[in-house]
Amino acid sequence: MLNALFVMAAIGLVLGAVLGWAKAHYRVEGDPLVDKIDAILPQTQCGQCGFPGCRPYAEAIAKGEADINRCPPGGEAGIKQLAELLGVDPKPLGEGLVSKPKSVAIIDENTCIGCTLCIQACPVDAIVGASKQLHVIVADRCTGCELCVAPCPVDCISMRIVPERLDSWKWRYPVFPIRPVAATLPAKGAS
Amino acid sequence: MNGTARVLHAFPGGIHPDEHKTESCERPIVGAPLYERYVVPLRQHFGNPARPVVKVGDTVLRGQRIGAADGHISAAVHAPTSGQVTAIGPRPVAHPSGLPDLCMEISADGRDASIAITPIDWRDLAPGELAAKLAEMGLVGLGGAIFPSHVKLEPAAGGIHTLILNGAECEPWITCDDRLMRERANEMLRGAAIMRHALGARHLLLGIEDNKPQAVAAVAEAASALGLPMEVVMVPTRYPSGGGKQLIQLLTGLEVPSGKLSTDIGIQVFNVATAYSLYRAVELGEPLLTRIVTVTGQVRAPGNFEIRLGTPIEQLIRLAGGALPDSRGWLVGGPMMGFELSDTVAPVSKGVNCLIATSDRLFPPRPAALPCIRCGQCALACPVGLQPFEMYVHARAKNFDKARRYQLFDCIECGCCSHVCPSHIPLVDYYRYAKSEIHAQERSKRASDEARQRHDFQAFRLEREKQEKAARLHKAAAGRPPATADDPEAARKQAILDAAIERAKAAKQGVNPRNVEHLTPAQQQQVAEIEARRQHAATEQDT
Amino acid sequence: MIGSPYVLSANNSVRLTMTKVMAALLPGTLAHAWLFGPGIWVSLLLCGLLAIGFEALALLWRGYALKPFLSDGSVLLTAWLFALSVPTLAPLWLYAIGLLFAVVVAKHLYGGLGQNPFNPAMVGYAVLIISFPTYMTQWPAPVQLANHAPGLGEAFNLVLGGGGITPDAYTTATPLDTLKTLTRAGKDIHSTYAQPIFGWIGGKGGETVAMLYLLGGLGLMASRVITWHIPAAFLTAVALTAGGLHLLDPARHAGPLFHLFSGGVMLGAFFIATDPVSACATPRGKLIFAGLAGFITVIIRVFGGFPDGVAFSVLIMNVAAPLIDAYTQPRVYGHAGGKEPSQ
Repeated sequence: MLNALFVMAAIGLVLGAVLGWAKAHYRVEGDPLVDKIDAILPQTQCGQCGFPGCRPYAEAIAKGEADINRCPPGGEAGIKQLAELLGVDPKPLGEGLVSKPKSVAIIDENTCIGCTLCIQACPVDAIVGASKQLHVIVADRCTGCELCVAPCPVDCISMRIVPERLDSWKWRYPVFPIRPVAATLPAKGAS
Repeated sequence: MNGTARVLHAFPGGIHPDEHKTESCERPIVGAPLYERYVVPLRQHFGNPARPVVKVGDTVLRGQRIGAADGHISAAVHAPTSGQVTAIGPRPVAHPSGLPDLCMEISADGRDASIAITPIDWRDLAPGELAAKLAEMGLVGLGGAIFPSHVKLEPAAGGIHTLILNGAECEPWITCDDRLMRERANEMLRGAAIMRHALGARHLLLGIEDNKPQAVAAVAEAASALGLPMEVVMVPTRYPSGGGKQLIQLLTGLEVPSGKLSTDIGIQVFNVATAYSLYRAVELGEPLLTRIVTVTGQVRAPGNFEIRLGTPIEQLIRLAGGALPDSRGWLVGGPMMGFELSDTVAPVSKGVNCLIATSDRLFPPRPAALPCIRCGQCALACPVGLQPFEMYVHARAKNFDKARRYQLFDCIECGCCSHVCPSHIPLVDYYRYAKSEIHAQERSKRASDEARQRHDFQAFRLEREKQEKAARLHKAAAGRPPATADDPEAARKQAILDAAIERAKAAKQGVNPRNVEHLTPAQQQQVAEIEARRQHAATEQDT
Repeated sequence: MIGSPYVLSANNSVRLTMTKVMAALLPGTLAHAWLFGPGIWVSLLLCGLLAIGFEALALLWRGYALKPFLSDGSVLLTAWLFALSVPTLAPLWLYAIGLLFAVVVAKHLYGGLGQNPFNPAMVGYAVLIISFPTYMTQWPAPVQLANHAPGLGEAFNLVLGGGGITPDAYTTATPLDTLKTLTRAGKDIHSTYAQPIFGWIGGKGGETVAMLYLLGGLGLMASRVITWHIPAAFLTAVALTAGGLHLLDPARHAGPLFHLFSGGVMLGAFFIATDPVSACATPRGKLIFAGLAGFITVIIRVFGGFPDGVAFSVLIMNVAAPLIDAYTQPRVYGHAGGKEPSQ
């Protein structure tokens, strides 16, 4: 009896020591899940998700504090990727969030007073300019987060939808009635 | 000449669509008159669009370079005639999207004066030098792939042992290569000889479908007249024998490894029309200014036309006698891989090899699609050995990773699967959709990675600035009392700022007075908030 | 907006494919009617009507248009295969239950045309043979042996009016049944063969029908509706398994020819295992799929509780088909080995 207890206790101690050593030895710096989530997020840093940037949102998702459907710029594809990563079902974009076409901000050159407020607001340093100088947005760098629009004291920043160009053009999903539902038929119980 | 000596290695699958070659292949190539207006797109090739090197109002000569190659994989474009550049801007172009693209409009002066042209003495040039000279000539693959030719003529790492001329022309309706080989075999082969010299290839093969016996005879005759050692190989008429990879497989039994180039296995393939234009570029010194286009289908006088690049397609249609009354629209390229032309104002560009006037009789409307029954006909027809129905299922479900695992990117979009599908599913459309979505995702991934880097750097920069500021303040605090709100200097700056805002507001009102009339309380509140923030920021700035 | 190709091959549709399969079934069916009496026409007609009815109801319920799907011919083919698999002259309610499972459960509950993981006709058959085994063994006797072969009118009355088990006067135990019963009773295979129901190589009448299925099947291959893989692998596996068992104990086990030309093997090899929706699609996958199905068929026949094993072996292999496909992806141009897309 006593022998059995002793053996079990010894095994427990050894295994505990191994576990403890493994924890210290295979320790992962940071949270790799956050990095993976962050890699999927579009990095607009727009804060539409309710968090002050993509990384905080990724951390919140990793902790289970935020849902995966709070990112409008990521869109359906982003939600799907997050769902795959986390092994949950994809869901539609959260309430009150709308997916907008990709836009960039432009500064009205006639109105800008060179106050630098937008430069401070821009999360990705896409606006160049100095105090009392005309500011210019680098369109290639602009993520379309709209964070610069509100701070402008003279409302000179507007969002312009990026037009579809030949080199960014995509083939459309074939809109062909694969399922020819008769227009007259009410699609009751259609699954 | 050994037309049959070579052992052919059949590629899997393939189809036999109705050929419809006789409509246009019996008439000699017809030239085109000089038109008043040309529209030259700056993107007529694979790679970066050309960069304009002339301005609106400039006078140009025929053959003058008006767009320079931008980067390595790009090609120059040239003025089709002498005249004046009247506009540079977006114009309709022949592209599946129907979107406009940057073009140069040239109004012809009627003189058709040419720049001084000098032939290139290619025999004395090292292979690499010839390629560099050709970069100026705007040569691209004229079979439809429009890949810049000079890139393909650069010496390959492992060397090139076989140069294959692609005269298969497997797409139905198209006969421009057939006519070219019948009428200009000599020039075409002289171009091929230059290519062989540049590449250092030992073997020269010409693959041609056996439905073009006259072209075979013409090329064989020209080859013996030139004393050019080469093989003219007749391949069975089976679409898509003219696909580069398929032709390589047919003639040599070799496969281009997935994701690699044919040069990696020592083979280079050029279209016969490209060889012809290379002859003109090198022996005559003339850049790529014209191409031969088949106009066929529901037109009065189908045939092949040698036309200047930049000619509005409607002019070309007129040359072919115009469309018959029951025609429905236009296809650019063949019916298997071409696309619908959205506007006949669009100019002929380097990739336009064929125009087909469609009608309900020639191209019956697509029947309604039924679900896939996995019958496997598509897999039997696929020349690449894919399982098209599996790719379709995943592409349709937008499951791009899975579609990729079924080797979506090995699909050459030849259309055989769609052609044979008993359920009439537009399979290739799903693959094109999936591919362009994947490309778009990769683009946005790159963009977001860059954005993350900049954001991280900004965070680092702000932190550093904060620390520096703290250190400065700490040092300053020791010296003098901190600035207060009634500091005269701050008040002065504030006054300047306020004045500037007032001026800007006034300017804005002048431009757009509507804004002031309908200020909602929310907006007013926003303005107030902005004011508050601005003042806060202003004071912070002063410190 | 739909892009290229703008030319589709003419005379090519799901309906035509299904029609070709039904045309290939015709010789065997005619022989069946000739050798076992015209009752088969009655069951074909009634099964066809029932199946179309169920299909229409299922389509309406799921909100699909009736015309394109009813006219694709798939449900008629299911009904035809079902009618050839279940005993002729069985009561109507038996057909109705079988087809309800075949069309509504096996096909439409899984998503309709092209989505069913199991062969619908075989699901219907399996449900019946498990639930109503006594009805399912009452096959009409060959005309040569029958005391009384019912005409068309009589067959109608039997199917529509009866509701009970088909009278013994019209039916007999099938060769496979007889073989199973007598082997279990310890009888020698040669004495079993002496029974009148046995014919030249298979069952009397049945062997001829099987040969005509084979002929029709070869025609299907010639018209490129099916490839050679599944029938060849299925028949080879049946012959090899049966031959092996026969070699081990010639007195107990029937030979390969008997197994090939009795029961549902020929029908199964060319018309049931080849159902593209539920079978494997890759060439190597088809060989594995059909080979295992043929093997299981003989194993069930010899060692199992049911006289024939075609339906169960096909259904079992249907389960494995997607997995087999995933691991037998053919080599794609430019790839060194046939790389499997892992799931």
